[in-house]
Amino acid sequence: MLNLHGYGPSLLEGTWLTIQISLLSLALAGALGIITALAKISAFAPAKAVATVYTTVIRGIPDLLLMLIIFFGGQKLVNWGAPKLGYTDYIDVNPFVAGVITIGFIFGAYMGETFRGAILAVPKGQLDAGRAFGMRPGQVFWRILFPQMVRHAIPGFGNNWLVLLKTTALVSVVGLQDLVYKAGVAGRSVREPFTFFFAVALIYLVLTTISILALQWAEKRYSVGFEAR
Amino acid sequence: MSFEIIAENLDLYLEGLWTTTWLVTSALLIGLIMAVPLSVGRTAKQPWIWGPIWAFTYFFRGTPLLVQLFLIYYGSGQFEAVRTSFLWPILREAWACALIAFSLNTAAYTTEIFAGAIRSTNRGEIEAAIACGMSPLVRLRRIILPSALRRALPAYGNEVIFMLHGSAVASVVTIVDLTGAARIVNSRFYSPYEAFLTAAAFYLVLTFLIVFAFRQWEKRWHAHLKER
Repeated sequence: MLNLHGYGPSLLEGTWLTIQISLLSLALAGALGIITALAKISAFAPAKAVATVYTTVIRGIPDLLLMLIIFFGGQKLVNWGAPKLGYTDYIDVNPFVAGVITIGFIFGAYMGETFRGAILAVPKGQLDAGRAFGMRPGQVFWRILFPQMVRHAIPGFGNNWLVLLKTTALVSVVGLQDLVYKAGVAGRSVREPFTFFFAVALIYLVLTTISILALQWAEKRYSVGFEAR
Repeated sequence: MSFEIIAENLDLYLEGLWTTTWLVTSALLIGLIMAVPLSVGRTAKQPWIWGPIWAFTYFFRGTPLLVQLFLIYYGSGQFEAVRTSFLWPILREAWACALIAFSLNTAAYTTEIFAGAIRSTNRGEIEAAIACGMSPLVRLRRIILPSALRRALPAYGNEVIFMLHGSAVASVVTIVDLTGAARIVNSRFYSPYEAFLTAAAFYLVLTFLIVFAFRQWEKRWHAHLKER
């Protein structure tokens, strides 16, 4: 087994941070994704245009570069805007919050594309029927569209989640003490970087494997009533 | 926005563009050459053939590229055997480590893409080849691979874009690629918008070029799949 020289708890702390960032940014990405998907299929031209620019630009730029833009740019923006609102102190943007916002913002674009496909896969007649029953647009969404689009969205959603989980490793570059960061510190101090980065790789493999199993279960659960393909 | 900073450092960005381009292109070529035989092995019936290939792709697709890069760049020096071997002068270089990590990473993803395409080859095509008396190797060369690699084209196009974007992590191990150039400019002038948005514009153009190229290739190689 790997000898972690007493740095095991430190790695676990980093793992916990990685999991927190992943789940919080997933929630943000999901919400942004739904809004983007609805904007993209809406008849309202400005919303459609904004959503299209968002998904195209974000998916055309590396994650790491976007993270640097939001990290350094956001810091500068906050300190440029805050004095105008009456704050005079220098504001340090919380790196955890910045990390979650960045990753959520990036994957909102990918989720938007996934959800758009899933929404279009729900037969239009179902929505018409909902409206015919006198449901409001919100009710049509929550009662009819959402439960049915979930089934179509799960495979793409799952892929996005697996990519998102691995993208969180980049937050170590901007100084957040995630799993990769902690392993770097430990590896340098005992001069065994391979051991620690290999441990990180194994932890990511465990997280990936758990995710794949959970997604398989969810896919089965939401496909109840449909023939296995 | 100050365009002076961008104009002043244009040489640095062009240098970064060149580094990104050759690093990604070489990694993709090496990965592609590895992926063709690996994907054939991945679809084999014998567990001792597909098993190790499965383990390889599972590892490289299940861990972050950054960690793979760190394992090679920082990790390889941990072993005495590596430090004294003839490979050490190469493994000490950041660009070589990045090239190895990127090549193995894209090889793993491409192997699974190709394996998926091989598995979904039309049974009828293979049966026809058997009926014509083709040996397994001839079948592979004449029927299965030409058909499967064509159908894999759109998914492979996505992989190329992912590799381009993934290559930004090279800047973390001191390589001056496009992102590295932007990081230097930002640290010199503390002007994150100019520094990073310029690099972003370069990446966007590269991405659009790749998308365009694959669209052209698809037109050419998928002509037989078009609905009439």
